[in-house]
Amino acid sequence: MGLLYGLIAVGLALIFGLMDVTNFAHGEFLMIAMYASFFLFTYFAIDPLLSAPLVAAAMFVFGAIVYLFIVRFAMRAKANAGMVQIFTTFGLAIVMRGLAQLFFTPDYRSIPPSLIGGKTVSIAGIFLPEPQLVGALVSIAAFAGLYLFIHRTDFGRALEATREDPGAVALVGIDKNRVFAFGWGLGAALVGLAGAIMAVFFYIYPDVGASFALIAYVTVALGGFGSVFGAFAGGIIVGLVEAVTALMLPPSLKSVGIYAVYLLVVFIRPRGLFGSM
Amino acid sequence: MDKNFAARRRRDLIIAAVLTALAASAPLFVKNVYIQNILVLTLMYAALSQSWNILSGYCGQISLGHALYFGIGAYTTELLFTKFGVLPWFGMLAGGGIAAVIAMGLGYPFFRLRGHYFVIATIVIAEIGLLLFQNWEWAGAALGITIDVRGDSWLKFQFMRSKLPYFYFALALCCLAWFVTWWLEDSKWGFWWRAVKDNPEAAESLGVVVFNSKMGAAAVSAFLVAIGGAFYAQFLAYIDPESVMGFQFSLLMALPAVLGGIGTLWGPVLGAAILIPMTELTRSYIGGSGRGVDLIVYGTLIVAISLALPQGLVSLFARSKAKGATR
Repeated sequence: MGLLYGLIAVGLALIFGLMDVTNFAHGEFLMIAMYASFFLFTYFAIDPLLSAPLVAAAMFVFGAIVYLFIVRFAMRAKANAGMVQIFTTFGLAIVMRGLAQLFFTPDYRSIPPSLIGGKTVSIAGIFLPEPQLVGALVSIAAFAGLYLFIHRTDFGRALEATREDPGAVALVGIDKNRVFAFGWGLGAALVGLAGAIMAVFFYIYPDVGASFALIAYVTVALGGFGSVFGAFAGGIIVGLVEAVTALMLPPSLKSVGIYAVYLLVVFIRPRGLFGSM
Repeated sequence: MDKNFAARRRRDLIIAAVLTALAASAPLFVKNVYIQNILVLTLMYAALSQSWNILSGYCGQISLGHALYFGIGAYTTELLFTKFGVLPWFGMLAGGGIAAVIAMGLGYPFFRLRGHYFVIATIVIAEIGLLLFQNWEWAGAALGITIDVRGDSWLKFQFMRSKLPYFYFALALCCLAWFVTWWLEDSKWGFWWRAVKDNPEAAESLGVVVFNSKMGAAAVSAFLVAIGGAFYAQFLAYIDPESVMGFQFSLLMALPAVLGGIGTLWGPVLGAAILIPMTELTRSYIGGSGRGVDLIVYGTLIVAISLALPQGLVSLFARSKAKGATR
């Protein structure tokens, strides 16, 4: 479960953590990715795991469009840019939820046990449901990929430089909007991947994103802004804490443990575990 | 400069008095209960947003967890009323006091945090409060509390036959929040807060005790929001954790101030006057289908306003008489 939280958080780690843009619609990105893989399954009988790359590609385009047509302008605000970003993306989230209600109806939907659903794998005597295992592997791959991407490629360096000083990167010939649009696309594609995998074992409904979004923020902040590895570690910690709290407290209180750990961590280390900002 | 400032403050006071008089006479013309209801909510959100603005606008500590104080105000009042028969008037003050004490208690560790870490901490603490109340059997858990009806009276602050008393109380609360803001704006606290917001290090070096001034802002802000929560509980006569402590309340408190103009005297009132009727009207005229069209319209408007006027609606007024702007 922790790795799944990590998978949802990894896209946010890129947008929120590395580019320092608040995205309150992250949960809704997840929601539409889940719907996308649901419909690909229902109408074209494509297994969510196979459709994951398709969903990710579609989400890449969507993320880039959201940046170019909306977020770009929110970032241009001279005064209280933070609040403008929060409420622009919050407004977007409301619109997306409304659209989902309009077109997909508020009904709960789920994908029947698919190719990989329902089976379990036994590793050294521990039985794991297969979808979770696949999710965990994808999550590790996504983090490793993003880490290498940010630290080993020119684009990753350009992204970090753009956040640090948009004026200076313009002088060396980097187009800020292209870099950020690509970053948003990539962030959305990662959450698309998460959505496709989560669609297998969670109910899909218009408000589904909200329940995961807050945990994703907490995961990113727990790990520390500006650190891909931090978000990964954050995801694992959140998963473990949730499992432990679920043992000790009634299930309805399981998130309290996660929140308490976040508060504890930032009180001791105000920059999160591995944060650089 | 100083003369202009004093003149502006006098002018603000006169405008406020005129607006209050107009608002107070509104029920003479508006007999429709539905519209009166919208007016009550508008005034309440104006008051809440004004209170939120003290901490987040003037002092610059963006809180998205004020639903916690709102819920504490509502729950303190109703628990005291239904379990111990304490009159809501005292419950209200008790709720405000408790909220202020909690705000300061939380402020102690919270105000060390900066930026996103602080904002997320405020969201998280309100969420913890929500979960605890949802699981607190004695306080009705997730089902909440239904407030017994004991007849119309100012003493018990319950009115079944007419919404007007609620309207006047909301108006009074709104005036109080506005007046507190107005008064603080020109006090040493107001100057400290703006200094803390703009540059905490510089403020500290000039002898502003940054930590204490944040604490003061948090306490005042939480107290007023809790009074609002107590009012809301009496107004609805029913509360449950989600409906008084949900995250959406934190956002709804912030939204009018942001749309109207964050950190300004008139922003919250202006924002609420436009936003709340808009919300209610879209909800009742296009939301009836339950198909989310109202959400689409509402969300689009929020996006449009925040993009078009990042400094809020008050910036329109400032622009129209740019030369008179001396801030």
